[in-house]
Amino acid sequence: MGNEKLDQLYRSVIMDHYKTPRNKGVLESSNVTIDMNNPTCGDVIHLTLQVEDDIVKDAKFEGEGCSISMASASMMTQLIKGKNTEDAVTAAHAFSDMMLGKDIDDSMDFGDIEALTGVAKFPARIKCATLPWKAMEKGIASDSE
Amino acid sequence: MLNNDIRKDFPILDQEVNGYPLVYLDSAATSQKPRQVIEAVANYYQNDNANVHRGVHTLGNRATEGYEGARETVRKFLNASSTEEIVFTRGTTTALNLIAQSYGRANISEGDEILITYMEHHSNIIPWQQLAKATGAVLKYIDLEEDGTIALEKVRDAMTDRTKIVSMMYVSNVLGTMNPIKEITEIAHAHNSIMVVDAAQAAPHLKLDVQDLDCDFLAFSGHKLCGPTGIGALYGKKALLNEMEPIEFGGEMIDFVGLYDSSWKELPWKFEGGTPIIAGAIGMAAAIDYIESIGLDTIEKHEHELVAYAMEQMKTVEGLEIYGPRDSSKRAGIVTFNLEGVHPHDLATVLDMNGVAVRAGHHCCQPLMKWLDVSATARASFYLYNTKEDVDRLVEGLRMAKEYFQ
Repeated sequence: MGNEKLDQLYRSVIMDHYKTPRNKGVLESSNVTIDMNNPTCGDVIHLTLQVEDDIVKDAKFEGEGCSISMASASMMTQLIKGKNTEDAVTAAHAFSDMMLGKDIDDSMDFGDIEALTGVAKFPARIKCATLPWKAMEKGIASDSE
Repeated sequence: MLNNDIRKDFPILDQEVNGYPLVYLDSAATSQKPRQVIEAVANYYQNDNANVHRGVHTLGNRATEGYEGARETVRKFLNASSTEEIVFTRGTTTALNLIAQSYGRANISEGDEILITYMEHHSNIIPWQQLAKATGAVLKYIDLEEDGTIALEKVRDAMTDRTKIVSMMYVSNVLGTMNPIKEITEIAHAHNSIMVVDAAQAAPHLKLDVQDLDCDFLAFSGHKLCGPTGIGALYGKKALLNEMEPIEFGGEMIDFVGLYDSSWKELPWKFEGGTPIIAGAIGMAAAIDYIESIGLDTIEKHEHELVAYAMEQMKTVEGLEIYGPRDSSKRAGIVTFNLEGVHPHDLATVLDMNGVAVRAGHHCCQPLMKWLDVSATARASFYLYNTKEDVDRLVEGLRMAKEYFQ
């Protein structure tokens, strides 16, 4: 059985975030709310952000989806908390590049998120991983309007 | 059960995927194509390719004979009384849109009712939503029974004097249920409503007889019954088609073109604007010949045996939930399920890594997913080339996924 290949995708860090998601829930103090779905597969995310003075003070997510999309949401919220919005958007772009298999800037400290590099080898799953990041980008763009 | 030799007709099945022999369990999305179909399309392009209905030359005649011959094959396949009642379309979706846009716009007015069900595919929902919005008609849904079947009583209850269109799938692409179309057509007609049948999942598996069903329109796609993509057919009763306006205008469909006014060809060509899907129609006819040479009854029986075996084996996997009728004899070759603790996408990836292809997601049935109260499901669908060994490989993969995600 193809366990080795599966292990490239489902790294233990990912499974950990899937089973015990960080920042799960709805942020009462949010001023930015985004709902996004993946129409081809039915994954949904409800992302709430508290953005003050261009800083993401807090972030939470609710959602329905596979291990990759939910783990990615968990990791994403962890990363952007405390970041300024510009850096959060830069991180979203770097994440997209990572999913396309491109090398990313060494200065980007992705931590746990690097466990998702394996997704690039599973084309059908890339959209699962990018959904929360797209939601975040959209939310920040709507806040700055 | 059909003999495994049938697999030799399908060259694509003879390959390894991710290091394992391919097990293709996604025929409800699209079926694989036998050599006979691939060769018919290749032969057309290699020997007969020309435009139809205009050639004085020999190739033009051959192409026209192939294309119109395909229409006769479809007529016989559906037991329609005339080839005038067979319109080639891009597929089921295009056919249903044609009915909604042509028949619907001409015959539906404010307050009229269109009746569909919760189990419909998006292609049998959205054309009616759009029609309702444009005309002020009301779109109504028939509720399903607990096991996903449709009770005739509920259909009767839903009918009113304003019901003008009842549209329903014959076989559900998610639940596998076979709906009592003949009885529902009778109910529709008793209320002076027309009956539209989405036969996309029925045509590959059941013997269809439009005269016996007495439905007013019926649509199906070639690619689900071993034919090429991009071709399907709409059956419509001649009296209705005659009254209907085309929705696509241009070459091929005209009789006389003036500066400010034009007239249309007779049936069925007035609905086939532009150079038609010639190779597709020829390929679909070859597919119909192929499945008929094996026998729809034989195919149906084969699938019933496979589904019964699959349901029995799948039940032994802990935490596996199957949607739709528990009685396998009430299903076409489709089993939709969820495995506790494993999201269907993850499940599909694990199975794919083991060479087993299944579908995961909402199957173009978001209202049905809502009715089932799930966001997504996995689906295994069987066709004439599947075997009990395929089922065993699926079940083995399910156990492995369960273990992996524990």
